[in-house]
Amino acid sequence: MNRYQREIILFSIALVAILVILIGFGEAYTTRLMVEIACHAVLALGLTIQWGYAGVFNAGVMGFMAVGAFVTMLFSFSINDEFWSSEGPGALAGLGVQVLLLAIVIAALTQLHRFGISQRIKTACLLTALIIAFFVFNNAVEPVARVIEGQAGFIGGFGLPVIVGWIAGGIAAAFVAYGIGKACLGLRSDYLAIATLGFAEIIKAILKNADWLTRGTLTVSPLPWPVPTPNDIGFVLARSAYLSLMAVIVVAMFLLLQRAYHAPWGRMMRAIRDNEVAAAAMGKDVNFRRLEIFVLGSGLIGIGGAALTTFGRIFDPAGFHPLKNTFVIWVMVLVGGAGSNLGAIFGATAIYIIWTMSEPLTLFVFDVVANYGTEWFNWEPPADLAARALQTRVFLIGLTITIALRYVPHGLIPEDARRLRSA
Amino acid sequence: MNELIFFINKVIISGTIIGCIYALGAVGATLVFGILRFANFAHADMMTVGAFVALVFVSWFPGAGSVIGLPTGFVMLPIAMVFVAIMSVALDRMFYRPLRERNVKPILLLVASIGVMLMIQGLVRLFAGTAPRHFFSTEKKDIFRIELPFELSTRDIVITEPQILLIITTILCIFCLHRFLTGTRLGKAMRAMSDNPDLALITGINTDRVVSATWMIAGTLAAAGGVLLSLDVILKPDLSFNLLLPIFAAAIVGGVGRPYGAIAGGLLVGFTESLAIFNWSILLRPLAPYLPDWVEIPSKLAFVPTEYKIVVPFVILIVVLIWRPTGIFRGQVL
Repeated sequence: MNRYQREIILFSIALVAILVILIGFGEAYTTRLMVEIACHAVLALGLTIQWGYAGVFNAGVMGFMAVGAFVTMLFSFSINDEFWSSEGPGALAGLGVQVLLLAIVIAALTQLHRFGISQRIKTACLLTALIIAFFVFNNAVEPVARVIEGQAGFIGGFGLPVIVGWIAGGIAAAFVAYGIGKACLGLRSDYLAIATLGFAEIIKAILKNADWLTRGTLTVSPLPWPVPTPNDIGFVLARSAYLSLMAVIVVAMFLLLQRAYHAPWGRMMRAIRDNEVAAAAMGKDVNFRRLEIFVLGSGLIGIGGAALTTFGRIFDPAGFHPLKNTFVIWVMVLVGGAGSNLGAIFGATAIYIIWTMSEPLTLFVFDVVANYGTEWFNWEPPADLAARALQTRVFLIGLTITIALRYVPHGLIPEDARRLRSA
Repeated sequence: MNELIFFINKVIISGTIIGCIYALGAVGATLVFGILRFANFAHADMMTVGAFVALVFVSWFPGAGSVIGLPTGFVMLPIAMVFVAIMSVALDRMFYRPLRERNVKPILLLVASIGVMLMIQGLVRLFAGTAPRHFFSTEKKDIFRIELPFELSTRDIVITEPQILLIITTILCIFCLHRFLTGTRLGKAMRAMSDNPDLALITGINTDRVVSATWMIAGTLAAAGGVLLSLDVILKPDLSFNLLLPIFAAAIVGGVGRPYGAIAGGLLVGFTESLAIFNWSILLRPLAPYLPDWVEIPSKLAFVPTEYKIVVPFVILIVVLIWRPTGIFRGQVL
């Protein structure tokens, strides 16, 4: 049997599905779908290297996406002149000085051990200082926020090129991941899962409520595009341009990650995943390597989130949802095959098509059920039937996760090490 | 004086209430974490299911409570507890046991629990809708106002009937759990499994029974927590993610596999939350005449704004993981 037969069949099915959609829904819709698939492929690649390469569990994909999206918005949105001519920048600079002072104090405290103070007392001092700093910062932000919101609405963006924003978004997400990973990665992955899940909810709460920074529920739009927008050259052409850009990014990422997978570095990661003790015995710094891949993967997720939000042209912090931004990505990785880059791309394609198509489909099915129910049994459908119908998708995502774990534990396209061995 | 009563109402009472809820959730979570060795993400949704079962029975027998003189939702509590206990064992048989038998890494059980969590969420919201529900739509909620015999106080300490029931039930549950864990063979076997699984297996402990018992206890307590929480405030079908973090923070603070630690952790997280969102300037205001002129008491002085409440358990979790990953009660570090 040909080594790549399975992959060819699976990707042909996906291609046929896209062609059917192209015939059924038209070019504008299909190009949009494909751009979104490409963005999700970036997200899935980021997650598959964390979970598949090294067994690091990230349950907060949404949080890293949101960080990436926010930073992109901040960098690339047009400059708000009202803000820069108000008292806002001065107040913000004052806040910056305070943060700097607090940071200096905390940095100094991390060096306490040089003065012969024991590790325990140092940690205690550091934690107390952090809590006090948090308190001071919290109560210092509010007046600044009031000044900015009152005089200028929100601080606006820096008006930089979008690509710069994407890169900055990825870097910001990576930095956040470093902070969380540092605290949790010495322990088993469960702790990281809990922490990232909580972090994702927190970042959403902050972005939703910090009106001076993100306009909160008022949302920011339209976000600039790295390519000409539909207003200039029409939907199909603009989306095709965006798609080409995303395709270049996905292919570049795929090739680099594939290279990394087969390099000694990838082998080391798999060793850590499969047998941590043995890897440590071989002199590998397990915690550092896990942190490394967690940071790298989160950076990619940040870029993916930035690209997806930019494409939607609207930054809406309330629009992030754990189901569609974390668990759907997880299904893509699990169904595609953990650790398999090709699998991640296939998973993103297949699952995103199914996910998008399932919305009208469930609504239709429930509409039919409600009609017959009323006709035959005098059943009165609840008023929020549409909202409830969409919940079946939550159930199905959950079911897919459990089924995939049990019956296709290595995914539809298993990772190269497994596949090439058996071929 | 009024300020102090305000403090009691806002911090002591509400901290105890939310602390008890977290404790009920955390005991189950810590037992599953300690014995089955994975963080069960579906735990908060088991609480939601419990609340909904009680709600369904309340809608079937709306007058049942007035016969005994208790809220109907509370009378339905045992039914919800039994239902969720059976459900969690069934879920284990369907989704977790096949994976365990294949000897997979425990982290895959966590992934499976995410699947179970989403399935429960989807089903609950499909059948019950996404809107919040009240238990007290037909009944009246009894509110007790305790007047203090001091001259200066004009406000009362306010506590509601569900809150009193909540505290009593929690104490009762913990007492029963204590008797079970220390007094019965099965309870001792559970503690042995949690402390050292290999040694427990050698001594011939029936793993299957221990696992079932663990799930039943976790399910019972989760149902109790869910029903009591929704009796106290409101039943939201989407509270899962907001409960999960404090529950796990409580379990880890107390030490994984330590049920008493989980109770302490739950109360700790609950109190810290209410202390963190409390507006401290209310307590400082009476001091204003004694302070020098240049000190100005801001109108709002809280550690964390209310909308960022979820930051509190997260910070506690991170601090514990950095400082003392075994938790207060020296649990396991997995």
